[in-house]
Amino acid sequence: MLRAPAMDLKVSHAMEVKIKAKVIDQEGLKRTISRLALEIIERNHGVADIAIVGVRTRGAFIAERLVRRIHELEKKQVPFGILDITLYRDDFRKRLRQPLVQVTDIPFEINDIDVILVDDVLFTGRTSRAALDALMDFGRPASIQLAVLVDRGHRELPIHADYIGKSIPTSIGEEVQVRLQESDGEDCVLLVEAPKEVQ
Amino acid sequence: MPLQQKHLLGLEGVSAADIGLMLDTATTFREILERPIPKVPTLRGLTVVNLFYEPSTRTRISFELAEKRLSADSVNFTTSASSVKKGETLKDTIRNIEAMKIDMVVVRHQAAGVPHFLTQCVQAAIINAGDGMHEHPTQALLDMFTLRERFGRLDGLRVAIIGDISHSRVAGSNIRGLMTMGAEVMLCGPKTLMPRDVEKFGVQVTCDVEDAIAWADVLNVLRIQLERQEAGLFPTMREYHAEFGITRQRLERAKKEITIMHPGPINRGIELDADVADADYSVILDQVTNGVAVRMAVLYLLGGNEESVS
Amino acid sequence: MNDIKKAKALLLHGGEVCDAADGNRQKIDLLIAHGRIEKIGTGLEEGFHGEKIDVSGCLVTQGVIDMHVHLREPGREDEETIESGCAAAMAGGVTAVCAMPNTTPPCDSQEVVRFLKKRAEEQLVEVLPVACITKKREGKEITEMAELVKAGAVAFSDDGSPVVNAAVMRAALEYSSMFEVPVIEHCEDPHLVAGGQMHEGWMSTRLGLPGMPDIAEAVMVARNIALAEYCGGHIHIAHVSTAKSVEYVRRAKENGVKVTCEVTPHHLTLTDEALIRYDTNLKMNPPLRSHEDVEALLVGLRDGTIDVIASDHAPHSLEEKDVEFAAAPFGILGVETMLGIVLSRLVQAGELRLEEALRKMIIAPRQVLGLPLPRFQEGEPANVTIFRPEESWTVRKETLHSRSRNMPYEGWELSGRVYGVLNRGYVWTAGL
Repeated sequence: MLRAPAMDLKVSHAMEVKIKAKVIDQEGLKRTISRLALEIIERNHGVADIAIVGVRTRGAFIAERLVRRIHELEKKQVPFGILDITLYRDDFRKRLRQPLVQVTDIPFEINDIDVILVDDVLFTGRTSRAALDALMDFGRPASIQLAVLVDRGHRELPIHADYIGKSIPTSIGEEVQVRLQESDGEDCVLLVEAPKEVQ
Repeated sequence: MPLQQKHLLGLEGVSAADIGLMLDTATTFREILERPIPKVPTLRGLTVVNLFYEPSTRTRISFELAEKRLSADSVNFTTSASSVKKGETLKDTIRNIEAMKIDMVVVRHQAAGVPHFLTQCVQAAIINAGDGMHEHPTQALLDMFTLRERFGRLDGLRVAIIGDISHSRVAGSNIRGLMTMGAEVMLCGPKTLMPRDVEKFGVQVTCDVEDAIAWADVLNVLRIQLERQEAGLFPTMREYHAEFGITRQRLERAKKEITIMHPGPINRGIELDADVADADYSVILDQVTNGVAVRMAVLYLLGGNEESVS
Repeated sequence: MNDIKKAKALLLHGGEVCDAADGNRQKIDLLIAHGRIEKIGTGLEEGFHGEKIDVSGCLVTQGVIDMHVHLREPGREDEETIESGCAAAMAGGVTAVCAMPNTTPPCDSQEVVRFLKKRAEEQLVEVLPVACITKKREGKEITEMAELVKAGAVAFSDDGSPVVNAAVMRAALEYSSMFEVPVIEHCEDPHLVAGGQMHEGWMSTRLGLPGMPDIAEAVMVARNIALAEYCGGHIHIAHVSTAKSVEYVRRAKENGVKVTCEVTPHHLTLTDEALIRYDTNLKMNPPLRSHEDVEALLVGLRDGTIDVIASDHAPHSLEEKDVEFAAAPFGILGVETMLGIVLSRLVQAGELRLEEALRKMIIAPRQVLGLPLPRFQEGEPANVTIFRPEESWTVRKETLHSRSRNMPYEGWELSGRVYGVLNRGYVWTAGL
């Protein structure tokens, strides 16, 4: 049985994407992270019993920035972990090839603490669902709160974020691209036209 | 790069990139095994049959655990060669099983080439869990994983495989895998248990276990079967132990730390002395734990291939 | 095969007649009447009212004989019958076959010899029964050889198994020498091959299959030569496959031992490397050997050490071969493809001269068996093979005439296409 070769993610990124708008710029991103950090501190009455876990890849970078900002504000080091949700995704049978799984690194007990789960974009809610499942396999946190940089709508599951950097209403033909220094060489959030094959 | 294989029939011809990918992926699964709930939902809805024509509790349990920890549905079909003789052919058996919507087949058989044969009979992805004297790829992968974990590399590592090389599929796969990954391999055993032309693999061959110990960083000690003595290939277990047994005295003479591996089950006091098997330089139990992680990695990487989805 | 006709009055014209005995070739016509060569010459059309067959571009030789064929009848008629085996032979340009005796029941009695002769009576292809060396092929007591020869056995063999007991073999050689028929031995030391599945060497090590070392054949060849030398019998080594066997036979011939031997087309054209995919259609006994062995066989063929090319045609049912390698029986088809493979893979490939090849398939086997040679002479029975040496064709399983399909040559391009055969008063043409 022959079939078309699996789509290579790198190739699709390299394709010309039509940028419609720069929604957040470098400075804006910095301010948004600061606000999110403050909201987290405020809502949890400090940072005594919280931990921050970022979803690979960009969620982890945002989470790391939040941890740094909180340290600046509160002079306290919040436990920080990275979650790889590849194995919890619900589209396993639909994919042609397996993505590379990476190690999950949560070097602390999550039982009975408040975990702030951090991701870059909240869209259908499926990634967050997978992240919740993955997290639950590590123990029983007192609560899980969800922090996202961008909420672009179009939920397919009953999931909402507790902390939202920016709500960006999008049409289905659009996509939100979060670009971070750590992974993309720049800090900004772009509204782009979705490449056809992704739809 | 995704895995370039649809099946895992052996390590012959499998690239270093693919072996590397399988080992890297196993690292992730090794972490999962340490979690409070060592299970992920990844292979939900995928059905695996463990087709064992040879009794092998260890390998079967290891595969079964790997399948369960990935949330696959697994079914065991265990039978002995004698009962099969009276019944249907292997082809009929596998086609019947496939008709029940099976995605993957893990097969252990006493005859070499059976996994190859199954790929011609059915669409499901085939994983070789040991075929005759040919290959046992997941065992070699877990051995390499264990070594990489311990040494941080395989390249340039000196691995001596000791014992009945002729009848060992563990040796068959280890030789291929290790050579591909840049390790050096020496085979050591009685001449009667050394396969013909085996040096064409690019390995060194010796009949002197002291030579092998002096040379090696690692000894992978194979199980010696009583039936080889009965076939007249070596005179007695006593003499085997005297000539080829891995003892503490022999290791101490080497004046260096040597890692000890064994695919199990061990004949204590024959190929391997008890105090060696249990020493801190022995990684035998790590091999067992890593076996589950490596098999999870193989199932995961082959399971996502759409061709295997019924 | 319904195009077999009585050869009442035929004119083969335009072809080149080649006498395999001396290699002489001549553009000349043959006039056949009632199965005999009536006239040889040119301008025979005048006044001839029978069927004219234009064989221009063809070589017309004496009939090819395949001295190693398993017809499976009686016992395994699902795999082959005398009729289907003869049809396959005809299509392969073969006009006589030696039927090996490992049938059920084995050919160890006059009844079975007579049964074979009777069943093959109406065939164009002559079936020459080879009877067992020992009763029930058990390797213990020799058969009633005198009676078997009288009934029509042309040789003795326990083919499929060797005669392990050297004393029994000695008796067989001594006893059979009274009737001047050869003892054909399948040379294999059973202990050295125990459980073996393929040639022992680098490939068996790679494939993890139990090996059949070349010495398993060679030690039996050496033993049989020693026995034949001692008791003066005629030993014929079936399907030699190893360099060592060739060397032993060569030396024995130099020493005047009455030893002859044969080789199969597959042992001359394939090596154990072909087994890489565990194809059961490449599983046979003796197994495919190494490159070095093939080279030695070719040398032996050229220098006359190897007398005969024979196919070891061994049909097996699809069910029996469509299994894992270890469970499959040994043997492949061959009678229908022998001439084509020899002509293209040996002659055209420059390994063997055409005259030599024809000698080894037409003359030498009959000499080994002490049979009369067909001759191109007026008044002689017409026993003729006609083929086009240059015409190429592709081997396809579905076009084979055998009842079985266990053949590794699927898709092979061969040159040397059989046009037709004449024998025993019949003529068959391939309808080309």
